[in-house]
Amino acid sequence: MLRDLVEFIVKSIVDNPNGVQVKEVEGERACVFEVRVATEDMGKVIGKQGRVVRAIRTLVQAAAAKEGKRAAVEILE
Amino acid sequence: MKSVEVKGRTVEEAIDEALKLLGVPREWVEVEVLDVPSRGILGLARKDARVRVTVQRSRADLAREFIEGIVRRMGVDAAVEVRRAGGALHVDVVGKDVGFLIGKRGQTLQALEYLLKIATAGSEGGDEQLVLDVGGYRRRRERQLEDLANRAARQVMRTGKPVMLEPMDARSRRTIHLALQRHPGVSTHSEGEEPNRRVIVSPKT
Repeated sequence: MLRDLVEFIVKSIVDNPNGVQVKEVEGERACVFEVRVATEDMGKVIGKQGRVVRAIRTLVQAAAAKEGKRAAVEILE
Repeated sequence: MKSVEVKGRTVEEAIDEALKLLGVPREWVEVEVLDVPSRGILGLARKDARVRVTVQRSRADLAREFIEGIVRRMGVDAAVEVRRAGGALHVDVVGKDVGFLIGKRGQTLQALEYLLKIATAGSEGGDEQLVLDVGGYRRRRERQLEDLANRAARQVMRTGKPVMLEPMDARSRRTIHLALQRHPGVSTHSEGEEPNRRVIVSPKT
């Protein structure tokens, strides 16, 4: 469900939703969501001074905490 | 605004392909035919159809879908209300267990509002002011700030000395300024650099 959330947020922000891929990697202490987007959308998901990706992390962490989990979001090139 | 240019054998095929790319239904888009296909002569000089398909949705619709989509994926039972007031688009999330969407000092709410602004920026009226509230948090916070402003003003009137408030974000500072704008005895201004910028309430000279 968290993976779904990450994907929905990212797809809502980019110009090319079809270029979005989210992979869930179960870590020891946290779920890591690896996000890939089309090259031209990289700037959009990161934002000025990383503001967009920071907001995504804040939101996903809040949703994870609600289920007693920890989550991390990484944007991959 | 989300928009794609797609080629196809026929106009209809090009549109279908574009809708697949955008991941939206036909009713949400405007289609501009850039090239009409031609068969050419004996299969020579054949030209594909070319269309530009642009998502046309109001910002209010987009905002509702974005917040509803998020709330649903978080498994929260909440309603989303969208209304226009005072020249701004207000989006309110109302429900029993929405508190976690506010976060410490409203941090999660701020993050969600920021993402909402970005997700809807390209739509019609994308430059209109947008305010997200969860469970009436902003309204309560505004009232607290107004109380704080009035207490500070009373202290300034009593002592004749300026009062320096705690550092606050721009929106909270604005609420303080507005609350004391018409006060006969005090004036307000801000000092310092973000994120430590704070309001000073001083006696009117």
